[in-house]
Amino acid sequence: MANHSLALRHQFDDVEQQKDASTFGMWIFLATEVLFFGGMFCCYTVYRSAYPAAFGHASNHLDLILGAVSTAVLIFSSFTMACAVNSASTGARNALVAFLGITILFAAAFLVIEMSEWRMLYKEGLMPGFNFTYKEFDPGHVQLFFCMYFAMTGLHASHVTIGIGILAIMAFRAWRGAFGPDYFTPIEISGLYWHFVDLVWIFLFPLYYLIARHLQG
Amino acid sequence: MAEHIVTKKQYSYVFGALLLLTFVTTSVGMMDLGRLNVIVALVIAVIKALLVVLFFMHIYWSTKLNKLVVVAGVAWLALLLWLTLTDVLSRGWLPFPGK
Repeated sequence: MANHSLALRHQFDDVEQQKDASTFGMWIFLATEVLFFGGMFCCYTVYRSAYPAAFGHASNHLDLILGAVSTAVLIFSSFTMACAVNSASTGARNALVAFLGITILFAAAFLVIEMSEWRMLYKEGLMPGFNFTYKEFDPGHVQLFFCMYFAMTGLHASHVTIGIGILAIMAFRAWRGAFGPDYFTPIEISGLYWHFVDLVWIFLFPLYYLIARHLQG
Repeated sequence: MAEHIVTKKQYSYVFGALLLLTFVTTSVGMMDLGRLNVIVALVIAVIKALLVVLFFMHIYWSTKLNKLVVVAGVAWLALLLWLTLTDVLSRGWLPFPGK
């Protein structure tokens, strides 16, 4: 119990209450994030129902295999993050640092895959505002599709980037020995954030890569 | 609320299920099933999301308060989608003067 007093702030009765409060606060934040992304998902739903054929044509310019691979990469990073939380709770410091490192590595791999997809779209003339030369089927609404694709995947990628920063700080603190079986709330909270990033992609992948492909009308 | 430690083995089962579902949804995405494509893709996405929230994010073992926050987040999202779509999708169902 000696370690508890080190980490326990005076406004809490005990460490358990302190941990519950932190987790609760994080879930409240994640609920606001759901609505942050939710507005864009809503926008997508409205325009997809309005211009299904254009969305079908646009969706076929995305690389399905690349999308599936990046999904698997992100899910793997979520798994290693979960393992990091497990290592923290058993006090395995080296394993914790290693799992955080692997998570960061795969998060970076996800970004690299996504950048290569964006680069490909840029070269094909499908990046609104920078290089949009698409003239085939209904260019206006195909452009709308790509505006939303870049806005949503871009917002998601910025979350991934922030996540890498958070995990790097956590890995550094873990390496310095800041966490043990008595106190690893920051690892748990960072884990929640990271799984949320995974969660958003779990919906972005089918919406952009899968369910619009056959709408060519 | 007692601390619940989830083992790496349990996590690996969840990971395996998520990977399998990704493979299934990608394979189905390559086929043209008409309207069924949307339904299959979204049902699989919801199952994957549930796996992540319940087990990776520990909601299965979490306090009632945290469970309530999750339900509230989803409920507000549903409200957003529902009220927007009842408006947008029903436009033009009835004729009105001036159009």
